[in-house]
Amino acid sequence: MTDHDPRDLGSPAGRYRMLRLIRGFEELALGLVRSGEITGGVHPYIGQEAVAVGVCAALRPRDRITSTHRGHGHVLAKGADPSRLLAELLGRSTGLNRGRGGSMHAADFSLGILGANGMVGAGGAIAVGAAWSARQAGEDRVAVAFFGDGALNQGVLLESFNLAAMWRLPVLFVCENNGYATTLPAATAVAGSATGRAAAFGIPAAEVDGMDTEAVRTAAAEAVERASTGGGPGFLECRTYRFEGHHTMERLMKLRYRTPEEVADWRGLDPLPRAAALLPPGLAERLDASVEQQLRAAREFALASEHPSPAGASDHLYADGLRPRAGSAA
Amino acid sequence: MRLSYTKALNRALTDALAEDPAVCVFGEDIGAGLAGPTLNLLDRFGPGRIVDTPLSEQAFTSMAIGAALTGRRPVIEFQIPSLLFLVFEQLVNQAHKFSLMTGGQAAVPLTCLVPGSGSRDGWAGQHSDHPYGLFAHAGVKTVVPATPTDAYGLLRSAIADPDPVVVFAPAAALPVRETVTWELAPVPLGSARIHRAGTDVTVVAVGHLVHDALAVAAELAPEVSVEVFDPRTLHPFDWTALAASLERTGRLVVIDDSNRSCGIGAEVLATAAEEMRLLVPPRRITRPDGTVLPFAPALDRALQPGRDQLRDAVLDVVKHRLPVPPHGEDRIR
Ligand SMILES: Cc1ncc(C[n+]2csc(CCOP(=O)(O)OP(=O)(O)O)c2C)c(N)n1
Ligand SMILES: [Mg+2]
Repeated sequence: MTDHDPRDLGSPAGRYRMLRLIRGFEELALGLVRSGEITGGVHPYIGQEAVAVGVCAALRPRDRITSTHRGHGHVLAKGADPSRLLAELLGRSTGLNRGRGGSMHAADFSLGILGANGMVGAGGAIAVGAAWSARQAGEDRVAVAFFGDGALNQGVLLESFNLAAMWRLPVLFVCENNGYATTLPAATAVAGSATGRAAAFGIPAAEVDGMDTEAVRTAAAEAVERASTGGGPGFLECRTYRFEGHHTMERLMKLRYRTPEEVADWRGLDPLPRAAALLPPGLAERLDASVEQQLRAAREFALASEHPSPAGASDHLYADGLRPRAGSAA
Repeated sequence: MRLSYTKALNRALTDALAEDPAVCVFGEDIGAGLAGPTLNLLDRFGPGRIVDTPLSEQAFTSMAIGAALTGRRPVIEFQIPSLLFLVFEQLVNQAHKFSLMTGGQAAVPLTCLVPGSGSRDGWAGQHSDHPYGLFAHAGVKTVVPATPTDAYGLLRSAIADPDPVVVFAPAAALPVRETVTWELAPVPLGSARIHRAGTDVTVVAVGHLVHDALAVAAELAPEVSVEVFDPRTLHPFDWTALAASLERTGRLVVIDDSNRSCGIGAEVLATAAEEMRLLVPPRRITRPDGTVLPFAPALDRALQPGRDQLRDAVLDVVKHRLPVPPHGEDRIR
């Protein structure tokens, strides 16, 4: 499979490979958090891969996304280089954001990745703005906003549903309902339903099995097609689950907000074996090996990359190069 | 040509929209031109670029950020200065941080215009704030034009700037009119303006207070020679020009419509004390700490910095006895 573009999500094999890449990337990151090489920890995406891959499989390269604190999967599925994403997590100069953003702000504007975002719900209305912008420019580009169930209670997101619907903007809202906002069960936090909220604004809304890459892709493709042909926004609630803790910090705590049985049940719905089952015999193993090799190279690249110089700590603060005053008088 | 402050803002928006198709305006009641600066823009540029928004400040500000990140140059007009509190997250935590956090990949050329900032007679506690100091503190480029010409020039530069800029048009400056015989042109951000040269004391006056400072300077002349220094941009502040002014005068009074603690006046005094030539202790005239402007006109005015306090402070710093320098030289630098 070496002659195959690893970012091509157009075939079941490409999608399986991306699922595996995200899974493997997250496992690698978890290891580097444990070994202390990644500071600050990460919000692992393990378990939710089908959502990022299914949605991004429905996108064209020119389409744009905004992401969340749990963003590695979205960023990779939209085509970011895993070596540079890993370097970013490690705070290196070669990182996507030159080591200035880290896990929660990873972005690659050249690929339409307008950034992971540390504020829950913040990316939604930014994506609406990107959709408006594309329409203004006369460009056929859809914007996708990924967000969690927790964001359903952020006022700005609900405001942005209204603007997107009023102005029939080409935006797809993708709610990854993984059942919890940190420890808070969605069932105790969301009155009515996610899809009901979108429907109240006149936005076509569908509930999707977020553990099934193909189901997500089909639903997303329909919404993207509608959005890009003037049909306005769409909303998908992808029912999914994170297999790991909310954040790597959680491993150090003994939290009991979900039962081992519940976690085991959802692990039984792991999107990877489901996607592998669609492939001819032996292909999944070969793709696994190619991913392993890619990630080994990514690890080497990232760990060998240089650390940014402290002298440049305020570089890029202003786009026009304005230098802020130093913190002590000269 | 007779030019009002509001008309100057309107001209700046019109010229920017005409010059650059990426410029667009968002805001409440802007199609009707309710506040003035957007009058007639809808007719000329259409609803695709002059966007009347529902009352969703957080969403439309975020949207403008999304648009700015993808090639547009949005201007947002805010109806009330306190609406900026609703979108502090969007402006400070998102717009301001994108450039650094993305390692320079992204820029947010967004302009926020507040026509009618500070006290508006009779509008009471929630419509009378003047939060320019908060944005300067946060590092967002912040301008407070005092005159129609500067309002035009600074708004043009704000729109052309690649970073977010907040433009405060003080309510008390909106009635100012100028007879303009020169070509209106962009005024670079970060450059101060000396409205009146003087040798005894530098008065740093922000926004509408420039006009009060000019009145006091005229009143005290020729006994006291007051230099009226208008920073125009509060962040980045033109420290070089201030240092040069203090080289001439060695005395400093700041008049600033911020709350006292952590206001921009505090920063000017601190920087001058640390780095510049001061012969006597400086003074500042501000709103009180934690001001909430009360409704009754006399109460509202009682908490705002005014001419009487400025006159007293100027007289106080000029009569302040200098330590007698040996050999006739200043030692206090
Ligand atoms: C506005 C805001 N409030 C609180 C937080 C702290 N926080 C970070 S993630 C999170 C939970 C988010 O839950 P959800 O949106 O369901 O996403 P998930 O973590 O499940 O992927 C919280 C409370 C934050 N980052 N932003
Ligand atoms: Mg969640």
